[in-house]
Parts: sequence; C-alpha cells; structure tokens
Amino acid sequence: MIERFDAIVIGAGMAGNAAAFTLASRGLSVLQLERGEYPGAKNVQGAILYANMLEKIIPDFREDAPLERHVVEQRFWFMTERAHTGMQYRSEEFNEERPNRYTIIRSQFDRWFSKKAQEKGAILLTETTALELVQDAYGKVIGVRTDRAGGTIMADVVVLAEGVNGLLGTRAGLRKTPKADQVALAVKEMHFLAPEIIEQRFNIQGDEGVVIEAAGAVSEGMAGMGFLYTNKESVSIGIGCIVSDFAETGTSPYQLLEKFKKHPSIRPLLEGSEVKEYAAHLIPEGGFKAVPKLFGNGWVVVGDAAQLNNAVHREGSNLAMTSGRLAAEAIFQIKSRREPMTADNLSLYEKMINDSFVMKDLKKYKDMPALLHTQSQNLFLTYPQLVSTAMENFLRVDGTPKVDKEKATVSALKAKRGWTGLVGDAVRVARAWR
Amino acid sequence: MSDGPKVRVEEKLQYNRYLVDPGKPHIAVAPHETPSRNLQAMTTICPAGCYANTATGQVEVVADGCMECGTCRILLEPSGEITWSYPRGGYGVLFKFG
Repeated sequence: MIERFDAIVIGAGMAGNAAAFTLASRGLSVLQLERGEYPGAKNVQGAILYANMLEKIIPDFREDAPLERHVVEQRFWFMTERAHTGMQYRSEEFNEERPNRYTIIRSQFDRWFSKKAQEKGAILLTETTALELVQDAYGKVIGVRTDRAGGTIMADVVVLAEGVNGLLGTRAGLRKTPKADQVALAVKEMHFLAPEIIEQRFNIQGDEGVVIEAAGAVSEGMAGMGFLYTNKESVSIGIGCIVSDFAETGTSPYQLLEKFKKHPSIRPLLEGSEVKEYAAHLIPEGGFKAVPKLFGNGWVVVGDAAQLNNAVHREGSNLAMTSGRLAAEAIFQIKSRREPMTADNLSLYEKMINDSFVMKDLKKYKDMPALLHTQSQNLFLTYPQLVSTAMENFLRVDGTPKVDKEKATVSALKAKRGWTGLVGDAVRVARAWR
Repeated sequence: MSDGPKVRVEEKLQYNRYLVDPGKPHIAVAPHETPSRNLQAMTTICPAGCYANTATGQVEVVADGCMECGTCRILLEPSGEITWSYPRGGYGVLFKFG
C-alpha cells in the first residue's frame, strides 16, 4: 500500500462515504478509515434517507441500495400522558416512480454506500481507530496517526467525517467539543414484526411506509421528541432529548423510551414485536450558531462533526451527504489547479456550502434551538395538554352547553399562559421560524 | 418517572453485540471525593447504565456495555472529570442495524 494519499477520510458514515465516493470518482487517491468492524458498525440513525441528495452522488442508487420503505404518510403527534392530538399528511403523490424519501437501516445502508466508494477506487481500512492528526511545525494537517502498527499515514488533505462525537478535530483544537445544550441524546430500539402486520397496523401496502413524530409529555418537559419509523419487517422506535436537560433532571433515557413505548397510542403498534437491538447516539442540535470553522490548512470538517443538522425538519444525513460531496468537489477543484490544500484554497468548500441549502436552511432556523430550550416546559408540556383538553371538550358529549365548553377551553389557555404569554409565545415561535 | 415497573438496562443491552477489549477500558473517571452534579447525573442518564455509585459515594464506570454515544464525554471531559477515547479499532459496540 502506498503511504501517501491525496486525501484521507475519517469515518464511513453518510458524510464520509459521500466524500470518499466523490473524491475517488474524480480520480483522487483516497484512504478511508473506519474504527468499526464494518461501515455502519458505530452509526445510528432513525433513519430517513432523502433521495435528492443521494441522487446528486449516485443517480441510480435505487437499483441496488438497501432501502426499506418509501414514506407515503407522516404523522405529527402532540402527546399528553393518555392522549395524542394528531396532524397527518398522506398522499398518493408519494407513490411515485422515484420516491422522495425512504426509511433505511444504517448499518446495511452504510455498507452499501461504502462498497460504492470502494468500487470507484477508495481504499477502506476498517477496525482502525484514528488517534490524532499529524501536523507540521506550522500547524498544517499532513496526516493521521492510527492504532495500527506503524500507523501514521500522510495525505494532502484530511476530511473529518468523524461524527458528532468525533475526537480528532477537538483533540487538535480545530473545533470545540459540543456543549451539553447543543446535542441531544437519542435512544432507539429495533422491533421486528411480520411485514403483513406492519402493513395492516399502519394502513399501508407493499413498500409504502409511515413516519410518526411525537412531541409533548413523552419528553417530560425536556426539549425532545419521540419517533417511530416503519421498515420492511421492523419498526424503529426512539426518543431523544437535549443532553443538558437529561443532566439537569437526571432522567433515565431508557425509562423514558420504555414509557414512550407504553403510551396508549404507541403500544398497540408494537404489540408482539421481537426486539433485536438497543442503540444510543448523540444528535447535533445546536444549529447555525453551533457550526464550527469548517476548514483550515490541510483539513475540512463535514456532517455531524460540523453540527450540520436541521433539528426542525429532522434532517441530518442529507446535510451530511451534501457537505461530504461539496468538500470533495472543492478538494478536486484545488487539486485540478495543482494548488496546495491551504486554508485559503479550502475556503472554497465553505463558499460552496454557504451557497447550498445546507447553510441557508440552518440560518433560517438559527434562533430555534435556543427557543426550544428556554421554552421547553411550555412547548412540550403546557401546550399539548391545552390542545388535548380543548379536543376532549369539543368531542365529549355530556350535556354541558357548548358555550360553557368553549369558555372552559379559553379560560384554560388564559390560566396556563396568560394573554401576554400566549402572544409572546406566538411571536417567539414565528420569529424563530421566519 | 412515576408509572409502572422500571426496566433494567441489562435487559436491553443483551440484544447488542460487543467485542470487549479486556483490561483496556476506554473511559476512566478521575479520582474524586464528592462527585459533581454532572458526574452524579451519569448514574441515571447513561443510556447503557455504565456509571454507578461506590459504597463510599464516589462514581465509578464499567464501560463494557457502552454504546459510545459520548454523553458523558460532553458533560465531563472538558472539566477533566473523565478521560474518554475510542475503543481500539474493531472493539466496542457493533451495531447490527444502527
């Protein structure tokens, strides 16, 4: 094996595979390091795959990628302890020739994506933990030291696709460790069920799939959300909340998941399932304001490691893929001009990502993380309860005159938040959404 | 948490595959007399239940069931209360599905 590469990619997740694939496709020599036994062994996601961003990398991915179900229906649930108020959208338009989004299982998908990168010529080294970046006297990143014997490898540029919990970049002082209010801890279980049972329970046919996202009492006042995704023969169910909220309340994440699974609206959907895995992972939630410096002399950072996650739309892997692809395209352009991988030259990556949907979307919601955090009691407990009470008042027929019922609903709103509180909350949410 | 019997984390971890690197724990708690609020919180918020109190009130870690999420690293590494590295290549948790 040659000991010097055009590029070393740290990690074989969404961002790393997108970068390795793109670099290798352009003819650069690429070494990709993965500490797991196989790509995906350390990766966890819900998981939803957005087709558009993968099409830009592998246009015909549908031919052989391990996809579970294409999503035809999305349910948003506002939960109280015993009820949920739902909004759902289902459309036959989602049954299209090239569906817009799919559920996937990451360890299978990542192996496929990595194989595609290897077919383009990327060299993958698994079971190899990158220990530190090698820097020259001027601080330029020139290689990586691994835990293999004689394991220092040199490259013109290192692509840090090391995930939300990436150590290399933080150890080298290239970015800070995320703060506890900038990451969520999510726990998740894989529940296996016969495909026919999944189709019956979720009112779907064939490869159709359903997504449920649930906010409210399930997070016990913490900023967080539960989710349930249908795969072919399993259901992914999980819940995630901001780490600082976990730390302040001392809440056990697996008890929280257990409670979510037992919610009367969720329980029948999982009845009789066989659990085959329990996973935990961090999710970047800091948004625009938490994005670190994206490039420097001899390095770029992509994906979760760069906090590129849209918490409002629950999009992460597409931002990861796009950032990996753009970083690779920037590197290719610099290489084509036979120029060095200096910070000045690599700023092209930042320019490209600023011009893309990635930073535009993150910028749009830059105030949302702080709002969700400071208002979590109101947004996740008070309002779902008020909505639920209003719905129950509206639907339960018990001889109370409707005028009195409406009065009760309005005075409950007023009592809980007051008019100023209600108007203030509306303004705050509208501003953060703008 | 109020309702229903508590689930034991061991019941959940048994579904997972691990390759434990004997004698080479990847997380270590620094010596302390009284655990900080965050260190004490790890005894309940670690999703793998790796942290526990000793008989004398300190907090210790047994990382065999660790899923390498990094929650404790976020909360405790900056203050030096723990050291956190990845397991050696190939070791640690191996997600079948992720």
